[in-house]
Amino acid sequence: MALPSCQQCALRRALCSTTVPTRHCRAAVIRGYLTAAVSLLTKMAELGAGSLLTGDPAFSYQEHELNERLKRLYPAVNEEETPLPRSWSPKDKYSYIGLSQNNLRVHYKGHGKNHKDAASVRATHPIPAACGIYYFEVKIVSKGRDGYMGIGLSAQGVNMNRLPGWDKHSYGYHGDDGHSFCSSGTGQPYGPTFTTGDVIGCCVNLINNTCFYTKNGHSLGNNLMKNDLRPNLYPTVGLQTPGEIVDANFGQQPFVFDIEDYMSEWRAKIHSMIARFPIGERLGDWQSVLQNMVSSYLVHHGYCATAMAFSRATETMIQEDQTSIKNRQRIQKLVLAGRVGEAIDATQQLYPGLLEHNPNLLFMLKCRQFVEMVNGTDSEVRCFSVHSPKSQDSYPGSPNLSPRHGATNAHLHSTGADSPTCSNGVTPTNKNKSHNKYTGVSSASSSPSSSPSSVNYSESNSTDSTKSQPHSATSNQETSDSEMEIEAEHYSNGVTESSARIMNGTYKHQEILQADDSSVGNGVADDSCSSRQLCGGNQAATERMIQFGRELQALSEQLCRQYGKNATHKKMLQDAFSLLAYSDPWNCPVGQQLDPMQREAICSALNSAILESQNLPKQPPLMLALGQATECVQLMARVRSGSCSFARVDNFLH
Amino acid sequence: MKNAVIGNNKQKANLIVLGAVPRLLYLLQQSSSSLELRTECAVVLGSLAMGTENNIKSLVDCHIIPALLQGLLCSDLIFIEACLRCLRTVFISPVTPVQLLYTDPTVIPHLMSLLSRSRHTKEYITQIFAHCCKTPEHQTVLFNHSAIQNIAPLLISPSDKVRMQALKCFSVLAYENTQVSMTLVNVLVDGEQLSQVFVRMMQRDKPIEMQLTAAKCLTYMCRAGAIRTDDNCIILKTLPCLVRMCSKERLLEERVEGAETLAYLMEPDVELQRIASFTDHLVSMLADYFKYPSSVSAITDIKRLDHDLKHAHELRQAAFKLYASLGSNDEDIRKKITETENMMDRIVSGLSESSIKVRLAAVRCLHSLSRSVQQLRTSFHDHAVWKPLMKLLQNAPDEVLVMASSTLCNLLLEFSPSKEPILDSGVIELLCSLTQSDSPALRVNGIWALMNMAFQADQKVKVEIVRALGTEQLFRLLSDPDTNVLMKTLGLLRNLLSTRPHIDQIMSSHGKQIMQAVTLILEGEHSIEVKEQTLCILANIADGNTAKELIMTNDDMLQKIKYYMGHSNVKLQLAATFCISNLIWNEEDGSQERQDKLKDMGFVDILHKLTQASDPNLCDRAKTAMQQYLA
Repeated sequence: MALPSCQQCALRRALCSTTVPTRHCRAAVIRGYLTAAVSLLTKMAELGAGSLLTGDPAFSYQEHELNERLKRLYPAVNEEETPLPRSWSPKDKYSYIGLSQNNLRVHYKGHGKNHKDAASVRATHPIPAACGIYYFEVKIVSKGRDGYMGIGLSAQGVNMNRLPGWDKHSYGYHGDDGHSFCSSGTGQPYGPTFTTGDVIGCCVNLINNTCFYTKNGHSLGNNLMKNDLRPNLYPTVGLQTPGEIVDANFGQQPFVFDIEDYMSEWRAKIHSMIARFPIGERLGDWQSVLQNMVSSYLVHHGYCATAMAFSRATETMIQEDQTSIKNRQRIQKLVLAGRVGEAIDATQQLYPGLLEHNPNLLFMLKCRQFVEMVNGTDSEVRCFSVHSPKSQDSYPGSPNLSPRHGATNAHLHSTGADSPTCSNGVTPTNKNKSHNKYTGVSSASSSPSSSPSSVNYSESNSTDSTKSQPHSATSNQETSDSEMEIEAEHYSNGVTESSARIMNGTYKHQEILQADDSSVGNGVADDSCSSRQLCGGNQAATERMIQFGRELQALSEQLCRQYGKNATHKKMLQDAFSLLAYSDPWNCPVGQQLDPMQREAICSALNSAILESQNLPKQPPLMLALGQATECVQLMARVRSGSCSFARVDNFLH
Repeated sequence: MKNAVIGNNKQKANLIVLGAVPRLLYLLQQSSSSLELRTECAVVLGSLAMGTENNIKSLVDCHIIPALLQGLLCSDLIFIEACLRCLRTVFISPVTPVQLLYTDPTVIPHLMSLLSRSRHTKEYITQIFAHCCKTPEHQTVLFNHSAIQNIAPLLISPSDKVRMQALKCFSVLAYENTQVSMTLVNVLVDGEQLSQVFVRMMQRDKPIEMQLTAAKCLTYMCRAGAIRTDDNCIILKTLPCLVRMCSKERLLEERVEGAETLAYLMEPDVELQRIASFTDHLVSMLADYFKYPSSVSAITDIKRLDHDLKHAHELRQAAFKLYASLGSNDEDIRKKITETENMMDRIVSGLSESSIKVRLAAVRCLHSLSRSVQQLRTSFHDHAVWKPLMKLLQNAPDEVLVMASSTLCNLLLEFSPSKEPILDSGVIELLCSLTQSDSPALRVNGIWALMNMAFQADQKVKVEIVRALGTEQLFRLLSDPDTNVLMKTLGLLRNLLSTRPHIDQIMSSHGKQIMQAVTLILEGEHSIEVKEQTLCILANIADGNTAKELIMTNDDMLQKIKYYMGHSNVKLQLAATFCISNLIWNEEDGSQERQDKLKDMGFVDILHKLTQASDPNLCDRAKTAMQQYLA
């Protein structure tokens, strides 16, 4: 049974401030909603009007094309930091230059008597180094009187009363004689002449700092200059006689020259350079470094069985004590299963003083615990709704759940394999799917999708657990964990080493399934309603939750007094409490918090803190290396090393 | 045995000497032996074949090929694969005669049927085909056994090796073969046109060998007329890809193949030549082909020097070929080539290189450049290219001679400053001997050069030509089956018979034979061009002082002229009228008598009629002739 909405408001109010009388709250909330809605509507209206004003569909289509093409060509460019050129700049041009057609068409409007009447225009932005290879094209719409046109590049501040190439830090290919000008008044013979109807392209290679031009899709070969392109050059075009008109293509249209093919060559070059990086005599060192990285990664995340198997296979040492790994594994499992309260208890028991020294972490955990209470998964609220005294006794280890590992193996395999790329082995979609499935099973046992495991489970819930699985009866909390390990080891032996992640992923997945199951199953027992309910729909649990909320509020205030205001904490608390404002917290704007995925962040924070307290690295070296590599690539872009665009870390992560 | 011979050429040779091969073959062919044993035999034989060329020879001498081909009839896939692997190794060796694959007509269809059995059968069989398709007959055999339909799907095989071998098959099948090329353009692979599949294989991130071979396929299809030269897949893909293959970054072998293929691709198309000439600085890029072995490699690395030396000839000839192709039509490109660093020096030294391939390519390049009036006048003369050219002509195989003599034709043109020194070097005898060659191309070039030489030449030169050639040879050439030879011989006669003193002198000594020859040609079945040329000769004769009489006294000849004045072809009418006009010209001795005689023969009426002709030239010519009577 869903709580009446007023009651929910009351809950929220009660949490935030006990002094506000309940009967006023509804009006207040409605007022709040109305204000928000009105402001939202106004904003939408403004947006709509705005898009209507600029709403030339052809233009917006071209705009879309442009964005798509630029994203595809220059994936490494962060446009917030370094925007790409998209048009000529109306501000950065000589007065003899006229612009039209969204600042893409350039025409000459001076006298054109001699070279003193030359005029240029630069693009709005310089070429970002992260492009690696940059390309733009210019179509000669009309060669005008004499066709003295120059296409090329120039730096900010180069005189615009000139053709590109004549002055220092500018480069140009000229149509009248086909010469290439490199920061000099005298050109070098370079290519053919060009005239009306020709499409001239300019390609900047920021990897080897060269540049070449193209004519009608044909590369004319490297410019004469070698490795002397200065950084931050702007696409530039210059005209000199009346009637000259050119159109730029910065990616608005497909290029005549196959630039992507050219890029693919360089991508292949750089990848093979990385692949063939010489390691010389240190081959053995490298192998052990890599093995240590893998091993430490496994240990860090508490994949104990896999780590042991790996160390056996590779004959590497594991720094950390096995029980310590298992302890961490247990705590992590609890967090990932949403049983944060237990996780906190376990941490305090196993690592006394840890949370006291990390008030921020404690606060985060408590906040999460509150969220899990809403979810109905935290033990503090779950205990209220569990009917069978047996299972209450067996809590918190839930030994009756452990044997199901074997029974659900087939199922685990499939879900695990479905989500091999997710670092924690759990993908949201899968979770939703299985969640729904389980809901269905427990509400209507006739569901055709019922898998053996779920049938087993409903049995074990309704009957004595001893009947369903013989050895579960004898297991207590301690052995249950080790049994899990045995299962896991057996499992990991069955699969190859490389799929260790999958195994571990599903492992957790299973834990989550158990948690979900029990809450839902209990909910069904209470009032045959199949939908998820606040705190599992139990009144006592709800009261406990509100009480816990108050404690949390108090903790927050205490922390505030001790350490000063903390915006993050405030936001966290607000978000958590906001859940109560909705009749269906799972489908509300802040409902994201209830997603089991959200447990992962806090889980890894807690894990890192524990490791740190044991004088172990809080980050696995593998992640450090990965982070460093990513950072390096970004740094390369900033120091204008073009190869960064083809050496992206995610190209190597599969 | 297997383990003993792997990777050990000495052991392999020992085993062969000890006579292991016949024994192995015997075991292989015994159907009573177990499959494992037979397979092992094939494996050992395959290993032996991996050794030196001598090993292969011994194996082939032991009739290994029929035995292995027989083995393919077995149903066991592993055994078949072992046989195919060995066959592959034997057939890709240059010492194996490829004809052995085609002796038994059932072999090819059987191989086609085995093709799809496994990844290995695909790889080995396509590799065998790619190496054993050397002649148009081989192409036809494979084509008739549906090679295209069977191999096309392999182009999208997941295995790189299979894709590569399939691609090579297509390149050898399509080479100069219109039938195959025309079929290829219509083949679809997985719903995609074959040319598009090839274009994808030319992408720059593909292996170089694949890019190059795909470009070859498209080149051959284009040259066979199956793809237009202005098709985007040629202009924007194949051509740039081949230019890339010529770049310094490629291996020497790749650069050679790239340049040769590119030369072949653009040979007939001036637009492709223009595009290539400005793509990636190709003209100056090719100059690097002459820098092997480089001075650096000689000192630092013996291995490298050896490698460079081996390829130096190939590189040079490929560059010459490509230059020849680039410069065959466009004057600007020729200029660009001759302006390349040391280009003329390189050609000159190339003409006297020991390698025939290089000499031939160099002379082809020179020939291509000699089509430029400007270059003939400048760089050709400055570098005295005629000297090595003349030397080359002394003693060379026919294919070199054809090119060299053709180049010589251009060098002997009237405006060429090289003409004089060449004349002094005794070229006439040489050219005359060429006209006696069995090759029509050489005869044409010889007589053509003589024709060019005789144009506006001194009396002395003309007499020398007639003397050296001899009237007998001249008449033989006038009855040559090759029209080109006939035309150039008539051209030579015409050039000899110019300016009055020359005409009279030659006609006084050879008049009788020349008149005979002219009669013969005018009576014979010849094209309009030939007859026109002959009438022009007659007109030249009519221009002489004494020579005129040879015509005037020959009534038969006069009747012939009369006939051609009334011919339906304006060109012939014009030439005949010109002839009459010369005969009746005033201010010359005896013009009155000639006018009278011709009047009696009815020429005036014809001339009168021709003054009404629609053709303005003919009309003018007839009027001028009529005026001679009126004066």
